[in-house]
Amino acid sequence: MIFRVCLAVLAILTASQLQAGEIAPEQRRSAYDTMSAGTRAMQDDDMANPATLWVLDGEALWSQPAGATQKSCADCHGDAKISMKGRAARYPQFDATTGGVVDLEQQINYCRRERQKATPLAFESHELLALSAWVSLQSRGARIEASTDPAAQKAIEAGRRLFTERRGQLNLSCAQCHDDNWGRSLAGATIPQGHPNGYPLYRLEWQSLGSMRRRLRNCLSGMRAELWPQDAPEYDDLEIYLMSRASSLTMESPAVRP
Amino acid sequence: MMVVRTPSPRPDGERVGVRASAPLRRRHSLAMSLFLIIPLTLSLSPLARGEGTFPARIAISGDSIPDSLTGVAGDPVRGRAIVMDRQVGLCLLCHSGPFPETRFQGNLAPDLAGAGARWSEGQLRLRMVDASRFNPDTIMPSYYRIDGLQHVAKAYAGKPLLEAQEIEDIVAFLTTLKTTAAK
Repeated sequence: MIFRVCLAVLAILTASQLQAGEIAPEQRRSAYDTMSAGTRAMQDDDMANPATLWVLDGEALWSQPAGATQKSCADCHGDAKISMKGRAARYPQFDATTGGVVDLEQQINYCRRERQKATPLAFESHELLALSAWVSLQSRGARIEASTDPAAQKAIEAGRRLFTERRGQLNLSCAQCHDDNWGRSLAGATIPQGHPNGYPLYRLEWQSLGSMRRRLRNCLSGMRAELWPQDAPEYDDLEIYLMSRASSLTMESPAVRP
Repeated sequence: MMVVRTPSPRPDGERVGVRASAPLRRRHSLAMSLFLIIPLTLSLSPLARGEGTFPARIAISGDSIPDSLTGVAGDPVRGRAIVMDRQVGLCLLCHSGPFPETRFQGNLAPDLAGAGARWSEGQLRLRMVDASRFNPDTIMPSYYRIDGLQHVAKAYAGKPLLEAQEIEDIVAFLTTLKTTAAK
């Protein structure tokens, strides 16, 4: 009985964190659940998952010296299988030194610039995606936890606002598809809930690995909305909000999606 | 009958609706409703409160636009092609309909089969022009309304989703859809 009361109280407390229209934790589903058997099999088998090509390059880059210091990632972080375990499930993070949100790719570039004294890698470049895929692989199976960092809450709120704001010539918000109509068919494709639990991921439509940012830009183009510049804080806010919205889901990086 | 906003043609010939700043528009609509309070009450139309900026003069009557936007009869064959075009009409992203030759239709919105039995030509025209009048939360874009949009990509800014004649073509096609889809 006491246990049930506790559960009920917990449910109310959890629900109170949600805004109207948001997906309750028990209803959260990875897009994996609605993929075809063939696409799932491709993700499940590393020998069939095309992202493995990036992962292998990332593993090699991890121990390759770079920049003026001629240091490699491994020189500071050691074995990624140990040091990077579960890390990607906690990105993006609020970074006190820059006072902004940093996602995994930006963190990699921060290390390159500050620790290796090397040129930052370009957005969506093969090398950056490769390193990000190798690091993210170490979080497969890790549970996503919403950031409890008070400093991150402002960015999460900003992301939530962007997510629910209508934009573009089609006058749509992200939430209209991914909160209100997930599971329905948009031109024959099942609308996913839009959780970032598999990035960077191999998208069959792209025939390539890509970042969450690339996916966000695709959606903005589809709405015929203005694209923010690649390094705009709007993406960071959306990404950190989406991770908090996906909390309790399991990381699948690098995933395969249609 | 309510006449909504007259556009002024630009010197370069492009027809763009008159845009007032948001607060100005609100003041304008307040003044309008003070003057029109009696006729509006008489018309009993809940739709009359929806304003809108359109690329051309539009006469809305109740829940319909009885007159053609162009004066040129719509071509139902062309209308069907626009409805099916996923880059132009975009209709089948959300709607399904009697289009046996194409796969991958949406189910976010009502089946288009029977649309011509459910609505008159004028009602269909207003639903195409500005669906948000009937439900401000609708996911259906207003195909001929150019105000109230935010962060529109430069290539599309100030332009309606479809040209007036394309809307006429679609309306002409939709009126032919008299049979409701079999459940």
